[in-house]
Amino acid sequence: MNLSEAEKQIFCEVSGDFQIPEGAYNFRVNGKSVGRHSTKNIDVEPKTKKSGLDIYVKNDTKGEQVHIPVAISATGLKEAVYNDFHIGDNAEVTIIAGCGIYNCGGQDSVHNGIHRFYVGKNSKIKYIEKHYGFGPGSGGKILNPTTEVYLEKGASAELFLEQIKGVDSTVRKTIAEVGDSAKLLVTERLMTHSRQTAESSYEVALNGKDSTADIASRSIAQDYSKQLFKATIAGNNKCRGHSACDAIIMDEASVHAIPALDAKTKDAELIHEAAIGKIAGDQITKLMTLGATKKEAESKIINGFLR
Amino acid sequence: MLELKDISYEVKSGGSRQLILDHISLRIKPGSFTVITGQNGSGKSTLAEIIMGIKTPTSGQIFWQGEDITKLPVTDRAKKGIAFSFQEPVKFKGITVYDLLNTASGELISKKEAGDYLKTVGLSPEDYLLREVNSKLSGGELKRIEIASVLKRNADLTIFDEPEAGIDLWSFDNLTKIFKMAKKNAHTTIVISHQERILKIADEIIVLSHGKIASCGTPEKLLPQIVKGEL
Repeated sequence: MNLSEAEKQIFCEVSGDFQIPEGAYNFRVNGKSVGRHSTKNIDVEPKTKKSGLDIYVKNDTKGEQVHIPVAISATGLKEAVYNDFHIGDNAEVTIIAGCGIYNCGGQDSVHNGIHRFYVGKNSKIKYIEKHYGFGPGSGGKILNPTTEVYLEKGASAELFLEQIKGVDSTVRKTIAEVGDSAKLLVTERLMTHSRQTAESSYEVALNGKDSTADIASRSIAQDYSKQLFKATIAGNNKCRGHSACDAIIMDEASVHAIPALDAKTKDAELIHEAAIGKIAGDQITKLMTLGATKKEAESKIINGFLR
Repeated sequence: MLELKDISYEVKSGGSRQLILDHISLRIKPGSFTVITGQNGSGKSTLAEIIMGIKTPTSGQIFWQGEDITKLPVTDRAKKGIAFSFQEPVKFKGITVYDLLNTASGELISKKEAGDYLKTVGLSPEDYLLREVNSKLSGGELKRIEIASVLKRNADLTIFDEPEAGIDLWSFDNLTKIFKMAKKNAHTTIVISHQERILKIADEIIVLSHGKIASCGTPEKLLPQIVKGEL
């Protein structure tokens, strides 16, 4: 692939490398695919009527990966990308996605990524999504991911959603419908600074008997940034649901958390925990007694919190 | 040598001023094991925190190895060889035991080396090294991790604020071994404690009462009176 330094940096941040990975992949740069590969078990096909991919994972596929990172380095580019994952039964796959924007101009660059996962019976997916922005331009770096997960009987999905740094505005939507004995596990890490805004919402329907969901969101709001977290878990059957919003607020930032639990049956066990606060003074003091400066202590606490 | 000269500490309380430490002066000899004891509210923990720099005295001076450290922040005191073990171990979110030991070391140490410190406090590295130092750990586990982090400092002066609080018998027995080891290595140790077994092994006991030094001397001299409640 012929990539600029900024594009290489984006792929390193969101995908771990800019080299061709093993397995199925699609590398997207400035609205176009610059490399695509299918394997015996995983087909990566471009959509014909709109921008995006259909990714088909065959039944019983085990241990394979799909890489679909996106880089935007053209200022003013605005795109909506629809990627649908059709996972067969009894499969186990890891999907590494993510998007980075390098903006060196004055116009906003926007990526709206809509990912839908249809996960077959007893299949397991691990989905890793990192978002990142950088560049000297005054134009915004805007990333709006929508993640929809539909889990059939006995299926499970582990989602790792991370916004590393530099994204000026984000509206993140995660929607899930969880079937019988299916399991959803979400780990979200979010950091905002300057005057960035971030909205993260979850709508999880625990429809199946013995379905479970666990959403753990940790965020740090620095400077004048604003965050809004909304999580609704609906218990429509005998199920267990848990969501936790844990935020560190710094400087002049603000964090607003709106949890909601909606139990439609007495057999639904739903829990929400929310904690918003500044970095505890005793944590800083403890690390200072071990030789860290106050700044180093804060950095260690933040990095640990977002790990 | 640690020397405190005329240390006082006042706090505002409901419009009036309350004197927590009242003109304390003392000298702690290098390589000695000193226990500071006294009733609750006598000012013991405040004194320990003032030595570490966590609290700033209202008046007075602190000298460490001949240097006036009264205005030095906590980090600088730590770098000059003073370590502090908290009465209530601090809990984090996301920071692992390994992170804590790396911070204490000042550099990235091997997992094997970090694991050796955990073994010293009776914790299995396989089970604990990568665990978060959070509220899922029991009080005893947190205390052992706290002590391991302080041991990693290998400091010339270590202050333990009520180390016996919240620990199990195993940890208590090992604490006394740790204190004896520090003494053998010519490290200075100050322990805030009520515990008779710790008082017994002290070189010197300092008894605080109402923010003042009520008495100081050897365990042979003071322990009988302390046990009887006369001090």
